[in-house]
Amino acid sequence: MLAYAIRRFGQSVFVLVLMSFLVFIGVYAIGNPIELLVNPQADEVERARAAAALGLDRPFLEQYWVFLKGAASGDLGRSFVYNEPALTLILDKLPATIELAFVAMVMAIGLGIPLGLVAGLKPDSFVGRAIMAGSILGFSLPTFWVGLVLIMVFSVQLGWLPSNGRGETMMVAGLPVSFLTADGLAHLAMPAVNLALFKLSLLIRLTRAGTREAVLQDYVKFARAKGLSQGRVIGVHVLKNILIPIVTVIGLELGSVIAFAIVTESIFAWPGSGKLLIDSINQLDRPVIVAYLLVIVTLFIVINFVVDVLYSLLDPRVRLGGAAASH
Amino acid sequence: MAPKVEGPWARFRAEFAESRLAMAGLLVLLAILAIGILAPVISPQNPYDLAQLDVMDSKLAPGEKSAAGRTYWLGTDDQGRDMLSGIFYGLRISLGVGIASTVFALAIGLVFGLVAAYFGGWVDTLIMRIVDIQLSFPAILIALILLAVLGQGVDKIVIALVTVQWAYYARTVRSSALVERQKEYVEAARVLALGQARVVFRHLLPNCLPPLIVVATVQVAHAIALEATLSFLGLGLPITEPSLGLLISNGFQYLLSGKYWISFYPGVALLLTIMAINLVADQLRDILNPRLRK
Repeated sequence: MLAYAIRRFGQSVFVLVLMSFLVFIGVYAIGNPIELLVNPQADEVERARAAAALGLDRPFLEQYWVFLKGAASGDLGRSFVYNEPALTLILDKLPATIELAFVAMVMAIGLGIPLGLVAGLKPDSFVGRAIMAGSILGFSLPTFWVGLVLIMVFSVQLGWLPSNGRGETMMVAGLPVSFLTADGLAHLAMPAVNLALFKLSLLIRLTRAGTREAVLQDYVKFARAKGLSQGRVIGVHVLKNILIPIVTVIGLELGSVIAFAIVTESIFAWPGSGKLLIDSINQLDRPVIVAYLLVIVTLFIVINFVVDVLYSLLDPRVRLGGAAASH
Repeated sequence: MAPKVEGPWARFRAEFAESRLAMAGLLVLLAILAIGILAPVISPQNPYDLAQLDVMDSKLAPGEKSAAGRTYWLGTDDQGRDMLSGIFYGLRISLGVGIASTVFALAIGLVFGLVAAYFGGWVDTLIMRIVDIQLSFPAILIALILLAVLGQGVDKIVIALVTVQWAYYARTVRSSALVERQKEYVEAARVLALGQARVVFRHLLPNCLPPLIVVATVQVAHAIALEATLSFLGLGLPITEPSLGLLISNGFQYLLSGKYWISFYPGVALLLTIMAINLVADQLRDILNPRLRK
């Protein structure tokens, strides 16, 4: 287990450095930030001074080396636009994104697995078909479009919910959260539903497909033949066996939900890290783009690692590192 | 009564037609394709010919008449553009981008997947490692970064979509090719001393196609949705080539003032397209999945 963790850590550092290099090359190629940052009336001397202040006049490899040295000590550069450390900017915005992603994921799991079970057990019933139709709909609807319709209905037509911002927040363990105040909840409702919908549909499909295959298996027939109650057959024999792919997908989707929050945050002007990324791309704020990606990639690597460990706990047949697969 | 002998194609059609929902999806999809192809012929106006636009007609509600007496069934946008025509042209661009990127991604993924499965060893390890790393990141994130770097344009968005999609095909093809490779017909072909390329493309490939067809159908829908999302965020197509996503984005600013139609109707068109494709793909999956075979 320790050897496995160490090897994974080594791989992760390699992926991170590789990513940072590719992103750095890519971002380096985007436009000239000086054009956007300096007063258009500024003369050549002033431009050169600004470029020198930001380190933009140095050769590419030197810029990358400075960045790497800084990154090793936790400094991912300063934002051109806000003149603050990029990492601080992102870490300030990250809690809002994580709150949104977390609430969306809880909604998706809490509804998706039960609905998927029902649809899988009774695929030809009216309820089963209705759930499936709903899931196809949720799968087809692009996130940004659902967001628009939500705003159209609940903000413009009915006037029930605010269309942007985070609302009143409350400090919990030093971090502001929205879900504890009525105003915050009202602001959170639409973005969370918006973000949850796609994952909900995915979980319904996955659970349904797993259930349909599981109920045909001999162990389920046998459990039924033993006279076990329906609840036990489903809760223990079916659910336990379909849970493995579901946990994997939930883990992987946790990362993607943070990525998809970029879209939701842009629509609802939710002040999270995704909105910061879009703003930074539009303003050519290179350090923030690079720092955002590194933070997100690190987050992904951690999530993937946790999922792998969970996987091995859920399914005794899986051995981490593939060393002891002898039986 | 003697059992009727039917070919695989007839059987495929009969099984597909079993679901009325899927048939409805297929009909809608064919209609949408026809609209996309015929857009320049059937649109009431050419929405990007400035000579045909009248600023006096801007932001008219659906069903209102212009000064010249023409009815705008779906209203007009901020420049007085007929939304119906805008949607027809938008469909054309969205479908074009979706299909083109799927075809390129399919071709690239197919070659890499087959090569990985057929040759195995370090070639396989290398290709699949890249695929794994890529698939561990959400498509939207990769596409977003690529577009931030590449800038706007039809070619750039196709490159971004191909880059995020090829890995799905490579993985799908590889896994079915690995199974097929073990089968006797491949061995037979090898025993006949047929060339490697012939074994791979004439014998192995056709047998790997069914799962690929399902993935490709779903991916066209994904590509269209992803392009719309990126264009909505302002990172996809330029304003001169408005896909459905760009039309929706353009109307977003008027949404809060109650002028819903500029965003809403392109959204409906986008939704119908994606739903129709998904319905067809779902039925294909059920037919082609041997595990659910009756």
